[in-house]
Formats: sequence, C-alpha cells, structure tokens
Amino acid sequence: MLTTRIIPCLDVKDGRIVKGVRFQNLRDAGSPTEQARLYETQGADEIVLLDVAATPDGRSTQLDIVASVRVALSIPLTVGGGVRRVEDASALLDAGADKVAVNSAAVRNPELVQRLSERFGRQCVVVAIDARRSPDARSWEVVIQSGSQACDLDALEWAKRAGELGAGEILLTSWDRDGVGEGYDIELIRAVRKVVNVPIIASGGAADPEDMKQAIDAGADAVLAASIFHDGRFSVREVKAHLAGRRVEVRLS
Amino acid sequence: MPGDSLTVTVVPTGVANLASIVTALRRLGTEVAMSVNPVEIGAASHVVLPGVGSYAAGIRYLDDHDLRGALVERIEADRPTLAVCLGMQMLSRGSEEAPGAAGLGVMNARATRFPGTVRVPQLGWNRVAVGEGATDAAPHCRFVCESGYAYYANSYRLVERPGDGWSCAMSDYAGPFVACAERGSVLACQFHPELSGVWGMALIERWLRLAQTGKEAPTC
Repeated sequence: MLTTRIIPCLDVKDGRIVKGVRFQNLRDAGSPTEQARLYETQGADEIVLLDVAATPDGRSTQLDIVASVRVALSIPLTVGGGVRRVEDASALLDAGADKVAVNSAAVRNPELVQRLSERFGRQCVVVAIDARRSPDARSWEVVIQSGSQACDLDALEWAKRAGELGAGEILLTSWDRDGVGEGYDIELIRAVRKVVNVPIIASGGAADPEDMKQAIDAGADAVLAASIFHDGRFSVREVKAHLAGRRVEVRLS
Repeated sequence: MPGDSLTVTVVPTGVANLASIVTALRRLGTEVAMSVNPVEIGAASHVVLPGVGSYAAGIRYLDDHDLRGALVERIEADRPTLAVCLGMQMLSRGSEEAPGAAGLGVMNARATRFPGTVRVPQLGWNRVAVGEGATDAAPHCRFVCESGYAYYANSYRLVERPGDGWSCAMSDYAGPFVACAERGSVLACQFHPELSGVWGMALIERWLRLAQTGKEAPTC
C-alpha cells in the first residue's frame, strides 16, 4: 500500500532557508543542505525546495544549491521557484531535481504544464497552487508572485485544468494559513480532492501532527510543512510516530 | 565499498534525470561513465539503464542509437545490468502506453496502466514484499533480499510475473504488481532504488558487489 508522505519544505532565499507568515517577514532558518540531510535521517519521504526569490540573475546560485542538496540526499527532491520555460525546468533536473514545481508562470501560460509533461513525463511535473479564500469565504482564488497578486482564477478550476494539462501532482498551499499555525485549510483540500485524481500535497498551516491527520482524512496524499520542522517543535520521526498511532500508513525506518 | 576501480556505464536515455542515479553510484565509490555507443555498452562491466518519460520516446532513443542488440545480448549473457523504472518496462515485450513500440522482450510481460480506482501516477513510497508467493520454480531474490519501502513514480507497471527464471518481489497498488525482477546479474526495478533512502542504497550496493563476484550468498 502506498504510504502517506511527510515532506519538509525548504523555502530558500539567497542560499539560506527562510520562513515567514503569509509569504512575508522572512526569517533565517538554516542551511538547506544541512537541514535536508537532517530531515532525511529523521525519516522525511521527500524534500521540497522552493526558491522564494528566484530571478534570472539568481539562477546559477539556485542551481548550485540544488546540486549540493542532491548530493546530500537519497530521497526525492522537488524544486520550484522562477520556472518560466521548459529550459528552466531542464536545468533544475540536470542539477539534481527529481520533480519541478511551477506556479506563477503556469497560471500565466497554462500550456507550459503541457509542454513540461510531454517533455519530462507527468510524474516530473508539480503544479503549485497558492489559494486564498475569497471575501465571501465560499471559494478560493489563485494568487501568484509569492501571494502578491490575485489573478481572478478559481482555485478549483485551475487545479482541475492543471490535472488535465499534465500535472503529476498538485502542491496545494493555503495562503491564508501559511506560517500561521492554525491547521491546514481542510475545506480547500476536500474541495480540490473532488476535482482531481492526481496526488495532492497539502501545504500551509501545520502546527502539530494532528493537523496533518486532518489533512490526510480530507484527501491529501502527502503533507508538507516548514515552520514546525525548522523551529524544532516536532521532528519528522515524531510526526510519523503520531500518525502511525492514528492508523495512517507511513514509512517507518 | 564495492571495488575501488569499478566503473558503471550509464545509458543517458534522452529525457531521464540522471543526477540522482549518478550521485548514488558515486556515493557508493564507483566511477560513472556515460555512453550511447553499442560497442562500449556491450563491453562494459556494469550497465545502468535508467528511464523517465514516455515509453515511445525511450524505445525510440534506444533504436536511434542502435542499442537494442547490445542490451539484449548482455542481459541474455547474464552481464551485470540494472534497469530502473521505464528502463525495466523497456525490457518487457511492450507497453499499453505505446502499443506500436516493441520492447526489448527479455522479460515476458507487458506494461499496463494503473486503473482509475487509484491515483495515477503512483507517486510515493510503497512496500516491497520479498519472499511472499515465491515458489520453488522462482528462486529467492539475491539483491532484493529484504522487504522495505521503495520510492515509485509511475503510471504503468507489470502485473504478470515474467517467468523464465526471473525472481520477483511484489508491491501492491490496485492489486499486486512487479516491484522488481532479478535473474543472475541482472536487476530490474520499477521503483527508484537511487531515491529509496538507506534501503535503496543497500540494494544498489549489493547489485554492484554480487553482480561482480558471481554467486556468493546474500549478506542480508
């Protein structure tokens, strides 16, 4: 049986891990290579590395970090941030990423998802969606550019479309919950689960392992968290022990 | 560590991400060479056939480089060969993914798509069960000699065991499928051993060592 993945997320800026609240007020949280290695030894199932300040100028720095994290790991590595063209994805894969996450560029140019999927295979393509609750609280809109820009696109429609275009999985982040520690947006996960058949990685809001259990029950195939791991509140091992005790199938080593 | 001077030849099948497998092999102390030359691949001591991407593109790549004969020959001659993911499927007769593309045919099975009752692709860690359902006709696996969790990223898989002396370990996703198959010095994995943590690294290391030294007993 396929196990539920526990995925620490490294948000990287200028070569260091950073973490903020709703993508703002970033604070330093360590070296990506050292933290990635630590999380693997704790039992992480995968590492996601997002370059939150990826720019064309920063491209070579980003590739160096990916290469050095790759050498430290023997588990899968997903990398995102500033992927605008097929060539950007290709460079990340060559540097050592196993999967590539696309966000803003895919919203602006959905065909990018299709091209990536055709070129590298669906299993290589993660579409990252940052979803914000609309003022009426009954739907979610997609935000891009690290949450700074709303784009009048319904998150459920975009998730469904992304799956049709060739996304291998959806990295679903609740903008409202990011870094806040109030639990994942369970209704969002449940709603997206109904419209896609590819795996969903739930992201944004985890404060403790029980939040992850709720996200899994709502239909997440993997749960991603940053702050609770970086701050040392819980190790990956502790999270997995809790989930195993709650009858979630996890990989215990 | 397996032999200090061992060189492993990796076939860079088109679109595959090679960094992870190359990194894993180097970490185990081997030299890594890349080659699409059929003569070099025929002569190499250890060959890795990775594979990510579509079946049709993978087979076309092998045929464009005239590698079909060299690969079939070394597998039939029991030369150390490791096929990963799409690489394993390419050893079979073919795939539902590309009905017109003939596989190498050294494994008598055919890849089919997971049903829509499960999420496709299968992305994540699944249990590899060793020894269950093994019969006297199918000797126990030498390389995959302990059960564990392996990382998968696939939409297609082999459901039938290939027979012909291949020993299989199985995983379950919408029913049993072939997790890996081995015969002599040849190991084919549907999962990615290079991304399967400590368990996967130990597997690659056993293949490097046992495939090189012949029939010695497994050490785990």
